[in-house]
Amino acid sequence: MARDLTGIVIFALAVIALTLLLSSGVWLNALMMTLYAALLALAWNLLGGFGGQFSFGHALFFGTGAYASAVAQVAHGVNAWAALALAIVAAAAVGAFVGALAFRYGLKGSYFALVTLAFAEVFRILALSAGFTGGGVGMMLPLNESIANLQFGSRRGYVALMLGCVVAALITTAWLRHSRFGARLQAVRDNEDAARAVGVDPYRIKLGATVASAAFMGAAGAFYLQVFQYIDPGIAFGPHVSVEALVGAIVGGMGTLWGPVLGAALLHALGEATRNLFGQLPGLNLVIYGSVLVMIVLFMPRGLAGLGAWRRNERGRHG
Amino acid sequence: MNFDILFASVLNGLTTGAVYALVALGLTLIYGVLHIINFAHGAALMVALYGVYGLKTVFGIDPYLALPIMVPAMFVLGYVLQRGVINRASHGKDENILLVTLGLAIVLENLALLAFKSDTRTIDTAYTLTTVQLGPAFIALPKVIAFFGALLACAVLLTLVTRTDLGRAIRAVAKEKLGAKLMGIDVDHVYAMSFGIGLACLGAAACFLLPAYYVNPQVGSGFVLVAFTIVVLGGMGSFAGALLGGLLIGVVESLGGLFLGESLGQIGIFAIFIAVLLFRPTGLFGARA
Repeated sequence: MARDLTGIVIFALAVIALTLLLSSGVWLNALMMTLYAALLALAWNLLGGFGGQFSFGHALFFGTGAYASAVAQVAHGVNAWAALALAIVAAAAVGAFVGALAFRYGLKGSYFALVTLAFAEVFRILALSAGFTGGGVGMMLPLNESIANLQFGSRRGYVALMLGCVVAALITTAWLRHSRFGARLQAVRDNEDAARAVGVDPYRIKLGATVASAAFMGAAGAFYLQVFQYIDPGIAFGPHVSVEALVGAIVGGMGTLWGPVLGAALLHALGEATRNLFGQLPGLNLVIYGSVLVMIVLFMPRGLAGLGAWRRNERGRHG
Repeated sequence: MNFDILFASVLNGLTTGAVYALVALGLTLIYGVLHIINFAHGAALMVALYGVYGLKTVFGIDPYLALPIMVPAMFVLGYVLQRGVINRASHGKDENILLVTLGLAIVLENLALLAFKSDTRTIDTAYTLTTVQLGPAFIALPKVIAFFGALLACAVLLTLVTRTDLGRAIRAVAKEKLGAKLMGIDVDHVYAMSFGIGLACLGAAACFLLPAYYVNPQVGSGFVLVAFTIVVLGGMGSFAGALLGGLLIGVVESLGGLFLGESLGQIGIFAIFIAVLLFRPTGLFGARA
């Protein structure tokens, strides 16, 4: 645990130093979006990587967070910081609801993937049809820059906010690696029957992981709203966010601490590079994500972090 | 509620449902044999629809005459995808297949978006606007043809699976993989054949669908959840279940649209899907555990 925490502190200091050194808005923006992608991947990894429950509809929690914050701020004049807290609670509550339903009835593997996907789709249609969400037009957050409003004049403020979320997610991940709860979660992932036989309650363990994962997705959704000041049903509950979260974690290495950060950074860099080469084309980003996903599953099923672990093992074996 | 409108709505639902059933049959065949959920099923249907669209607009081939081209073409695509990519990616774990088919779906859908933009395209045929009178209702001729065509295709598939040596091999592998292997069945070949046949169903479905429907890069994702719903409803791997489930879902969607409006009507399907998954994962008609 101490080693993981040291790593997290070094990471945070490095990002802070980078933020202070970088002066160009483009690079600060890239840093912010990389941290955002890392948060999505870390959130997915809590449930998918450590719990072995592959959600294909994590946008469900992201969108819940974004809409909870938007409705609270725009329609009810709630302070943005309070709205952020509300977004996290709302996403965690939806996570608890879906998790309770799915795990109570023993949905696993492809069935769990399907039911999360279906819930995301139901929420998308509800957001399209309901009155208080603004329907297909979406919701605009009025521009009003101040720290109290969680709207910053410089990207540095957002980087700091995002870094706080990423560090929280990293600490949660490190805690999963070393705590009793985390050990139980990984036991359920590796062999649910065996875990049950030694007295672990898989239902409660998986539910806990789902709620934590959903809470971080909710924070990411609220963050998205603050930065782009706009949300609509397609952005909130569409497949893009679900895919980004899942691919980042799998490319980096499921069930590892730094894998999701690594995977998100790599994917983001790849996306930016192709955008510079070919210009902004619709769909190009997802073609890359999909191809990388297929390649990784084909040739590197343990992800980038697995590559490092394999080399360490090899070294260990040869003395 | 006017009875005539209700009647027309049910008939319309049945015609759509027959095509749904055909799409779902392909999915359930793949699931029954390979025990994987093919997330690329919707994307493959989209590819087939663009194929039919291309044959019509570039070569002027009528969608119904495109059947002998599209069915084998989709079969080959499926066979190659399964043997070349999906089978290699599994590394002995079902989760990997799930992920790789998801990856393929993302790639196919967004390649289509890159190539064709998000425009919705339709084709014009001499019979597009022809209608047939059935009692008090008027149904578009392409939909009537789609209904009977899809049912015929289902019958052909069922005959193939129940009456031929290949079908016997497929059922043997589905039931007991190791036993089938010991009897000299090439399991990898049967896997790829099943995947190919599953996609061939989509080739046929696309030919029947396009004259009364449209194609855009996202068209598959609409079908994919519907097809999953049918497969789950009918009992994973059950052919009769998929057929009945398809017709039922077609009618539910049509009536849901009538009473709740286009977008909210879709909720009915997802509600059924989630409810069946939770409360009766063996399906309404499926007795097999």
